[in-house]
Amino acid sequence: MADLTSKFCGVSSPNPFWVASGPPADKEYNVRRAFDAGWGGVVWKTLGIDDGKPIVNVNGPRYGAIWGADRRVLGMNNIELLTDRLLETNLEEIVRIKRDFPDHPVFCSVIAPCEEPCWQGIIPLIAESGVDGFELNFGCPHGMPERGMGAAVGQVPDYIKMVTAWVKEATKLPVMVKLTPNVANIVHPAKAAKDGGADAVSLINTVASIPSVDLDAMAPEPMIDGKGTAGGFCGPAVKPIALNMVTQIARDKALKTLPISGIGGVTTWRDAAEFMALGAQNVQVCTAAMTYGFAIIDELTSGLSQWMDEKGYARLDDFIGKAVPNVTDWQYLNLNFTAKARIDQDLCIGCGRCYAACEDTSHQAISMSETRVFEVIDAECVACNLCVNVCPVEDCITMETLAPGTIDPRTGVAVPKEHGDWTTHPHNPMAK
Amino acid sequence: MTNTGIAANRLDRAQLSECFADLHAPLDAHEAAVAADRCYFCYDAPCVTACPTGIDIPLFIRQISTGMADAAARTIFDSNILGGMCARVCPVENLCEGACVREESERDPVQIGRLQRHATDGLMAQKTHPYQRASNTGKNVAVVGGGAAGLAAAHRLALLGIDAHILESREKLGGLNEYGIAAYKVVNDFAQKEVEWLLQIGGITHQCGVMLGRDFTLASLLAEFDAVFLGIGLGDTRDLGIDGADTPNVTPATEFIADLRQASALDKVAIGRRVVVIGGGMTAIDAAVQSKLLGASEVTIAYRRGASDMPASQYEQELALSKGVQMRFHATPQKMETTADGIKVHFAVKGDDDFALEADQIFTAIGQVLDPPPPEIAVENGKIKIDAQYKTSMDGVWAGGDCTGLGDDLTVTAVAHGRDAAIQIHSTLTGGKHG
Repeated sequence: MADLTSKFCGVSSPNPFWVASGPPADKEYNVRRAFDAGWGGVVWKTLGIDDGKPIVNVNGPRYGAIWGADRRVLGMNNIELLTDRLLETNLEEIVRIKRDFPDHPVFCSVIAPCEEPCWQGIIPLIAESGVDGFELNFGCPHGMPERGMGAAVGQVPDYIKMVTAWVKEATKLPVMVKLTPNVANIVHPAKAAKDGGADAVSLINTVASIPSVDLDAMAPEPMIDGKGTAGGFCGPAVKPIALNMVTQIARDKALKTLPISGIGGVTTWRDAAEFMALGAQNVQVCTAAMTYGFAIIDELTSGLSQWMDEKGYARLDDFIGKAVPNVTDWQYLNLNFTAKARIDQDLCIGCGRCYAACEDTSHQAISMSETRVFEVIDAECVACNLCVNVCPVEDCITMETLAPGTIDPRTGVAVPKEHGDWTTHPHNPMAK
Repeated sequence: MTNTGIAANRLDRAQLSECFADLHAPLDAHEAAVAADRCYFCYDAPCVTACPTGIDIPLFIRQISTGMADAAARTIFDSNILGGMCARVCPVENLCEGACVREESERDPVQIGRLQRHATDGLMAQKTHPYQRASNTGKNVAVVGGGAAGLAAAHRLALLGIDAHILESREKLGGLNEYGIAAYKVVNDFAQKEVEWLLQIGGITHQCGVMLGRDFTLASLLAEFDAVFLGIGLGDTRDLGIDGADTPNVTPATEFIADLRQASALDKVAIGRRVVVIGGGMTAIDAAVQSKLLGASEVTIAYRRGASDMPASQYEQELALSKGVQMRFHATPQKMETTADGIKVHFAVKGDDDFALEADQIFTAIGQVLDPPPPEIAVENGKIKIDAQYKTSMDGVWAGGDCTGLGDDLTVTAVAHGRDAAIQIHSTLTGGKHG
């Protein structure tokens, strides 16, 4: 049985699945339910300085969504701000949680104005509650940036470095910086966090978004009294964006020792394994819990554990980062590698989606017979994978690698044995 | 009453109303959305190929799933103006749903029939008609027979700007939809409501209770109209041709089904305690199931060939079995004799022991024949001969539906014939210079 014990910034948790800072980690009641269900840790929903006047949230819809077939949530959008309960109340609850769940890490998300005294005041105050570490909210893309906080900080590397340094001075507890994806290059804010002394980064925060428009009211959703505002997008739809940004940091020479907490659409054990294969040490989950409840943790842990057993990974470190060396730049991809689509006629159900896709939008490389037999035309197939992606039956269409020496019917040339990429390609004017 | 074993009122009204309720309750909006999400939007979709009227099924399902059920209904009606009826009575398991790729992948096709009903019911409930006639051509056509073929022809003719006059031998329009289909498939007088809705297009007149050969001839029609469309169906039932079959309680299943449909109340319909239905098509199933639903205690379908040879679909066979109907296969009726207790019918069984069944009532459902074949036009294999353009051997006379050699006892096929014959008639009468 694989050991799912996770170490993050020196803090141990029973498994790598943490509840992310957000509505599911907003108060004692939720967090207690999460830990009872089996979640490894939580990042407590963002606390800020309230002077007895906590943040006000809207009293209408906070969430919007996009859906796939059967109204499955593909992505969610929110315009909720911070906790709208007193800081003091939150801290009392954290004390009780830490008392009852000493083995489950609680990091606390924090936000404050970009003034040193603010941070130096609130950080020690929260630390007294017994939290295991901090997550600095430099990512919230809605509401808070209008007040000079959240993504307004996260989009300016100098601010990130400055605030992180203030926090590090104010506490000995581990500090991770939560990064916003609403930047041109995620590496710069990550470097700023590291330069400020951050122990880790977590990413991604939500993507600035408008999920839909009410065509009767002619206003964006979620709509408050006829008006809407951009919110933060999350859920399965943002996973590819998050995986790429995690990878950019994991691949960077200057950053590769910086621990990463992976966030962004983790819904199944497989999503978590993918984040970790690309360098995340643990994952944080919010939307999946908000969609299905905390009970999904059993699938997450059992799935990850079974997969690790099958692959012979005894502990998480055995596979964390294992896919990073296989992420490269386009220019290094082997242009001599050649594949062809193959359709398994036994699995084919005859829907013809591969044909429509290839015929209308790609390379006219699939033939259709009068009896609806669909076959790949090797002389046209560029192995683009579109047919694989649109086929409703998994593994019905696969890609077959042509062995070196085989004549590619499309080019009439034998597949070379050796690697050959753009850096040495004759069409590249810059080729070495 | 010649046999005390035949009686009405075997079940009370509440029981009967439950038994004869809608076979498939309509899908509500949520159910329709879930069902529509399963459609793969296949290329050159097999369901469309399998539909005799060629409804663009992937399009109408996509329209439902994007919140445009009325547009979906229009897509359906464009191809099949009786799309509401076909959604109820089509043997979809042999047509669109049988061809659905999800039947291949999961043995669970998209519920095309029920989605079609969802869309068409919604639009028809608005009481408005979605089509407007083209400018008037000044032409008129006599449509003989107010069944599926005739109604589809009349509607398409009207749509194309040709006036249509329907001549129907029965009291009501609708044909088999009104007289020949099990009541639980068309509840709430749907057949008549559909006819009324269809006629809203305008340009269609009708006369009921008039019959070809008795009240008018093809020649008399051609003197008055620019063309004639025959959709007269198969009016007569095939005889068993065995000894003893001419007793009063041996009747065609079609008559029983029609009487039941026209009955003022179900508890007024008499049924035997023991019923034998001879035949293996949809009519046999409809008669047997309804006998059971009326309260008959023993109902047996006897068919001369095997289960897989039955014209009735497997779904229909399973429906009958689920209602408690028994099936005897490879059983050919030999003779009938009247006994003190009812009628005894003897069957020969191929390769097995012969047997006899005792019944109070026997329904025959061994096929329909043309009655009478119009003497002026060519008939082939007992049906009106038509070419690929639905033209009969007589100039100015077109035909479609069950009365023709291209008919196959399906409402949906009759609709396709009526529609396409109307298009041919329009093209012939206007020389392609209209519309």
